[in-house]
Amino acid sequence: MVERIEQIEREAAEQIAAASGSAELEELRVTHLGRKAELTGILRGIAELPADQRGPVGKRGNEARQRLEALISERAAELDSAELESRLASDAVDVTLPGAPAPPVGHPHLISRTRRRIEDIMVGLGYRVLEGPEVELDYYNFTALNHPPGHPARMSQDTFYVAPGSLTQAAMSAARAAADGGGEGGAATPDEELVVLRTHTSPMQVRAMEAQEPPIFVVVPGKVYRRDSDATHSPMFNQVEGLAVAEDITLADLQGTLLEMLRGIFGEGREARMRPHFFPFTEPSVEFDVSCFACDGSGSLADGSRCGLCKGVGWIEVGGAGMVDPNVFGFVADGGYDPDRVQGFAFGMGVERIAMLRYGVPDLRRFLDNDVRMLEQFS
Amino acid sequence: MRVPLEWLAEYCDPGWEPERLAERLAMTGTEVERVTRAGTPSADGFVIGHVSSVDAHPDADRLSVCVVDTGGGERTIVCGAPNVAAGQTVPVALPGAVLPDGTKLRKAKLRGVESDGMILSETEIELGEDADGIIVLDGQGAPAPGTPLGEVIPLSQAVLELEVTSNRSDCLAIFGVAREVHAVTGAELAPEPWAEDAPAEGEGALEDLASVTVEVPGLCPRFTARVFTDVSVGPSPLWLRARLIAAGQRPINNVVDITNYVMLLCGQPLHAFDLDEVPGGELTIRAAAAGEKLTTLDGVERELDAGAVLVCDREGPSAIAGIMGGRRSEVSEATTRVLLEVATWNGVNILRTSRRLGLRSEASARFEKQLHPALTMRAQHLASRLLVELAGARLVPGTIDVSAGEPEPRVVSLRVPRVEALIGMEVDGETCAERLESLGFGVKLRKAKGGEIAATVPLERDSDVRREADLIEEVARLGDLDKTLPSTLPSAPTVGGLSREQRLRRRAEDVLRGLGADEIVGWSFADAALGDRLRLPEDDPRRRLVSLGNPLSGEQSAMRATLLGSLLDAARLNLSRGAERVTLYESGRVHLVESGAAAVLGRHPAPVSEPHRLGLLASGAPARSWRGEGAPVDFFAVKGLLEALCAQLGAEVEVEAAPEPFLSPGRSAAIVLAPLDDEGARGDPVAAGWIGEVHPLVARSWDLESAAGFELDSGALIAAAGAGRERYEDVTTFPPVHEDLAVVLPDEVSARELRERVLEAGGELLVSARIFDLYRGDQVGEGRRSLALQLAFRAPDRTLTDEEVAGRREAITAAIGEVGGSLRE
Repeated sequence: MVERIEQIEREAAEQIAAASGSAELEELRVTHLGRKAELTGILRGIAELPADQRGPVGKRGNEARQRLEALISERAAELDSAELESRLASDAVDVTLPGAPAPPVGHPHLISRTRRRIEDIMVGLGYRVLEGPEVELDYYNFTALNHPPGHPARMSQDTFYVAPGSLTQAAMSAARAAADGGGEGGAATPDEELVVLRTHTSPMQVRAMEAQEPPIFVVVPGKVYRRDSDATHSPMFNQVEGLAVAEDITLADLQGTLLEMLRGIFGEGREARMRPHFFPFTEPSVEFDVSCFACDGSGSLADGSRCGLCKGVGWIEVGGAGMVDPNVFGFVADGGYDPDRVQGFAFGMGVERIAMLRYGVPDLRRFLDNDVRMLEQFS
Repeated sequence: MRVPLEWLAEYCDPGWEPERLAERLAMTGTEVERVTRAGTPSADGFVIGHVSSVDAHPDADRLSVCVVDTGGGERTIVCGAPNVAAGQTVPVALPGAVLPDGTKLRKAKLRGVESDGMILSETEIELGEDADGIIVLDGQGAPAPGTPLGEVIPLSQAVLELEVTSNRSDCLAIFGVAREVHAVTGAELAPEPWAEDAPAEGEGALEDLASVTVEVPGLCPRFTARVFTDVSVGPSPLWLRARLIAAGQRPINNVVDITNYVMLLCGQPLHAFDLDEVPGGELTIRAAAAGEKLTTLDGVERELDAGAVLVCDREGPSAIAGIMGGRRSEVSEATTRVLLEVATWNGVNILRTSRRLGLRSEASARFEKQLHPALTMRAQHLASRLLVELAGARLVPGTIDVSAGEPEPRVVSLRVPRVEALIGMEVDGETCAERLESLGFGVKLRKAKGGEIAATVPLERDSDVRREADLIEEVARLGDLDKTLPSTLPSAPTVGGLSREQRLRRRAEDVLRGLGADEIVGWSFADAALGDRLRLPEDDPRRRLVSLGNPLSGEQSAMRATLLGSLLDAARLNLSRGAERVTLYESGRVHLVESGAAAVLGRHPAPVSEPHRLGLLASGAPARSWRGEGAPVDFFAVKGLLEALCAQLGAEVEVEAAPEPFLSPGRSAAIVLAPLDDEGARGDPVAAGWIGEVHPLVARSWDLESAAGFELDSGALIAAAGAGRERYEDVTTFPPVHEDLAVVLPDEVSARELRERVLEAGGELLVSARIFDLYRGDQVGEGRRSLALQLAFRAPDRTLTDEEVAGRREAITAAIGEVGGSLRE
């Protein structure tokens, strides 16, 4: 009897190993381990066997049964896995097709990207970012920046004036009050010139100092407006203003700050230089340049030709700056800005100009097209 | 300011190449726009010739065949000038010479006769406008044939075009520039050219010939006048004409040329009257009457206002003071007696009048910067000498001088240590003194403790240098800043950073970009007709725009009150240029007439309110892919973007149906956001913008088939944003119980109302209710729909029992019933 069990086990094991599908395996399970299976019959009939055979047959039969069960589940797992693999193989895709649905990809405008870059650099240098009114009082745009009424420097900026009739009575009264408080000539400013579109971000210098005692370190990004429109002038453009006032800030500090900022914008290795200039609200005043990044300041390119970016000069003009004029402090003296006690610098520059230089945009007007084919070039 | 180097060199000549000088000037505060050449590009090939003979051309009536000795021998030159004659000394261009227009002269046959050069007229070498005849250089000391022409008349002059800053009126003068060049190069400066006056040899008494009355001394601090007799008006000598032309002035006649020449040399404008056209020689300086008219030298009739100042004679106005002379008394060929006016005017008034008239002149450009009254006599001296020398004039003794009193020269103190304190680099007292002296300051160095300098300001710098800071600038700018100034950083005692509003605004922009929108920057300007295009009713407050008094064009005559116009403009541009679809956003300001809405730093309020907004517009075809078409660009597409934006900032957003004239009825809503206070409590919801599908008629006005978008007030979004204010909440100890609920609801009840009812009835245990399915059809019946909600119940301190949840569910079911809804079986 034991021999028969072993024979069944042997034959069944062979068949299980040879099974080629889960259905066949199930059949084999029924054949060899089912209720009508021979092995099942043998185990069921143990009680009828002679006493001395019962032990060996029962033991051997159960062993065989357990082994076959194990073989079947093992083989079943093998077959499952193979079937899965084959199913997966037949379900292959062309992995080179594009992703779908493709999530749309948005792009920043170069102006805001450049503006953020400058903000981040200045924040790293310890500055806070302020914004100010674009529709601004003549008082802040000119008078308090040491452009008294009738001053020729007012002429150099073609100013948009806001029609008094389009403003509220309250706004006009407040504008009048500001002008009347602006010293000699302020009262003579006609209503038509009391409110302007700011021609620079500099009015925020005065507002910021009115609101906060020194030391003050702020940058002011924002739109400005000048009544001028041609290939190199847009009636609306963006500036960033910087103001640093404390007890001991020097022109050398201005140069160092500009150097850090310009390196942050245009890359390490750039140099900054300042050229004396004139602005009514700074004294001394300078214009500042960055060493040309196309020719590394040499003025000529690798092939010996003249550098087109800096016109062979090696330097590119970026903006204006200077030490805050004592007269400007005079307008905020009661806020802690005694011109004999504090000093500082201010600088300003055009965001479009920096973006044009940095990214090779040839025409100022392209920024306001908002052509997505341009926007998509910059991620 | 055009500065011919040949002229400059008479007063200061560093012997530098023009480019080197330009660079040095630029680095010391005088920008040089460009270095150009006046006249011919080069002096090569231009020589003096002597005309030996003149014969008629065989084949041309108007041409002559001349034999000209040009030094190295005789040559034949064909000439068309009627005034050519044997024996003349003339300028000749030889073959190879380059004319001002760039033409290179060659030997050429003229009607069969070869011409080996050209005899020159004034126009050909840009010396004047007389094209009818050749230049004849006869007279005493006529140069020998073959002499380079450049030694006789200025050819090929380098000209520095200076960009003079508005504070430096002294550099609107050749001598002022010479002083600057002296200071920045160290080259010697010639004595002041006005030191010597002309001899007064004219006959008659000045008081009999002319008189001046100044009615407005505040506007005319000084008026000087001299009289000249025996004046012979004619062309100026070539050298003078050449200098004027190189400096950008048109020669007219010797008298007028002298006034221009003197103005260019010393910076003080002058005006010459024909004394015989000034009845009685009486001049009155008075304010104009409003509406008074005068024809100026340029032939234009000008209408004046009461602010203008006039120089008048008995017959009326004869010049607009400080700006332009009148026709009536201008100097002509017939003039023999000249009254020369040199005055000082009030700069602010000149600027105002010239702006109002739209009339700027060389004179007004100088007067508006407030000249010192002492400059008048400099100009009188210089002009008198030239009139005597060049116009044969005789100066009647004396000067009429009506003056309100000459101010004392200004003395400004400089504390030497302040230089280092302000610029961050030590400059010793001697160096400061040297630099100031080179600029014409009178300097006294007091060796007191720390050093102090008393600097007397040159008269021509009087309105520019008034304070210590101005002196420090003078010292600093001559100090080779680019080479010597150290670069340091302030020891900033403040911590930099963005405000929460700025950070969240950046986040919002990043989210919109992450959601696939491209950023635009629109014009702040708006067309006043935008309200019509957006179908705003006549009384809509959004039609009231902040408008410009002096716009560039009608399309840019006001300031925008919505971002929608900019977004529609950009969408149209891109779709017309071939884009299939666009999703655009703008993060920018609008300008509203209400004042005081937003807090602005500073003592005086901003004139208008300028809230920052986030606008988005999508238009075009749904996205295509190989897996099929994407969702349509409609209300729900942009609402999804709005919800994602708000969710990213931790703001809870709702919309409620509300009409907008520019949106499609039925697909138009108000955005509602509830502000969050510092304790995390939500306030009452406020309207924060609009969302919807653009009305088809509006879309059509921008050539769009359809578009959808929203415009959201950034301030309201940020006030509602929980970002940065979150607190940890335990969600693992007591997990939530989820249940789905299908509700059949009449169409009139909005999804929002259903959700609010459910949340209210669910009480504190119901932590979320999300609508995830919508069904319409026979099973729910006409006028009704089925909405499926996923509910989550949770208590922070215990596991909810079935009974608790069941109780809430019953309350929810009852609440649904109150609005006419029922649970769907």
